[in-house]
Amino acid sequence: MTNALTRLLETRDWLLADGATGTNLFNMGLSSGDAPELWNEEHPDRIKALYKGAVDAGSDLFLTNSFGGNASRLKLHGAEKRARELSRMSAEIGREVADTADHPVIVAGSVGPTGEIMEPMGSLTHAAAVEIFHEQAEGLKEGGADVLWVETISAAEEYRAAAEAFALADMPWCGTMSFDTAGRTMMGLTSSGMVDLVGKIDNAPLAFGANCGVGASDLLRTVLGFAARGPETPIIAKGNAGIPKYVDGHIHYDGTPDLMADYACLARDCGATIIGGCCGTTPEHLEKMREALETRPKGARPTLDQITEALGGFSSASDGTDGNAPAARKTRRGRARG
Amino acid sequence: MSEEDDEIILSELDDEELVQQMFDDLYDGLKEEIEEGVNILLERGWQPYRILTEALVGGMTIVGNDFRDGILFVPEVLLAANAMKGGMAILKPLLVETGAPRVGKMVIGTVKGDIHDIGKNLVSMMMEGAGFEVVDLGINNAVEAYLEALEKEQPDILGMSALLTTTMPYMKVVIDTLVEKGIRDDYTVLVGGAPLNEEFGKAIGADAYCRDAAVAVETAKTFMARKHNQLAAG
Repeated sequence: MTNALTRLLETRDWLLADGATGTNLFNMGLSSGDAPELWNEEHPDRIKALYKGAVDAGSDLFLTNSFGGNASRLKLHGAEKRARELSRMSAEIGREVADTADHPVIVAGSVGPTGEIMEPMGSLTHAAAVEIFHEQAEGLKEGGADVLWVETISAAEEYRAAAEAFALADMPWCGTMSFDTAGRTMMGLTSSGMVDLVGKIDNAPLAFGANCGVGASDLLRTVLGFAARGPETPIIAKGNAGIPKYVDGHIHYDGTPDLMADYACLARDCGATIIGGCCGTTPEHLEKMREALETRPKGARPTLDQITEALGGFSSASDGTDGNAPAARKTRRGRARG
Repeated sequence: MSEEDDEIILSELDDEELVQQMFDDLYDGLKEEIEEGVNILLERGWQPYRILTEALVGGMTIVGNDFRDGILFVPEVLLAANAMKGGMAILKPLLVETGAPRVGKMVIGTVKGDIHDIGKNLVSMMMEGAGFEVVDLGINNAVEAYLEALEKEQPDILGMSALLTTTMPYMKVVIDTLVEKGIRDDYTVLVGGAPLNEEFGKAIGADAYCRDAAVAVETAKTFMARKHNQLAAG
């Protein structure tokens, strides 16, 4: 199968993805609680500026403003019937920006989680999840997205549902999960567990990896966990620009552009191919990341100590992959635990 | 399923063994076994409040600690909380009848724009597991919804949750409104959610940021104890 992302990956050792959507839209005046996706219609100029900010800073790939553009999430704003349409618009604006850029740029159609817990723990059925993702996928495809990009996923079931939906839409895809709880996803999946998950999916992603989560250090520990398993599929690293702080009525992330430049090079050394930021990452960060990736040579795979030295400490002692994770209570009925 | 499964007959265990087994069964999320355990203890003449605190709250404390320590994760905690709910459904009417002491009352809700309620539901369940009365406002709450619930329910604690960087600043809108109306100090305000941290909690004027549901319970208990001490001193 040939598509723009595969072709670009064939010619390059690394690609720079984009930064954040939500936190950058805040800087443009989005109010807390409002749906960013409605801006695709109300303020297409601002969405264009958001994309252009990343492209002009040197991104090879950016995500569309459609993270919450599925029916489950839009329901909150009474816009659940507009999932396909709003997603299409986000990709159309993206297409326009990518096609007029001075370098090849991939439009990746962002798909965020439904926000629901899937069966058997929760109430969302597999079929319903596939339907929700499929609807959004069709909208992004119509708008001209090169690939689909599911992100911030916590549950293996939801990742699989997205993969199935993207097969229905006949679209290539990438998918990242968020490892924010003691080095695992909220649902307890380890980095190693995600490699197993990706290896077993029928409609395999073009690339997989981690986004958001706690901070840049934790994210790189996760990338090392992926790389240790030697997966054939390229790895994505999209970490937050530090930790959120509240300054003068705004959320500000404390990671500086220079720190994110170090993070980008370390991510490449860890084994990531597609490298970007998440919350708090602005065009200013991206410029520094681009410059660092272009001018600094690729180094050896860093140790955990080298990561914490450069980017700060981890949020937990273990990430569940090193055999040092604390053990669960031994119960008499002894229900097996993973 | 191990062979041992069949060997455990709850009614044949003495009280102490049964409570220990209920800790195990809560840990394993076995709802029917918990319901059976609660009924056996009731038949043996245990007060509902004693069953709640010694068997259920005791067991959920172990679950909460292991959740806090990164040993258990959301799926296991949901199962455990579901098992506890089974036991609570039996105890709740009896607790009302017997006039059991009240630990405290909390109004909780996810802020406007945020659909995520996984973390909030966990906090709700763990708080109930710790004996608190919880009024859950669900997702997408505007400041008016919080105010109305505070007025109506007169809780001790207001809990707010946000999972998105785009919605977390709304917590400050709510707190600022409470200050404006001069009722901020009538409540302990606890906030939580994945993108938050302690510094953020302080900056927006909350009493505390709670990293997870287990910490939320501990923090709520601490504030309730402080409140009781102040009342006693006053």
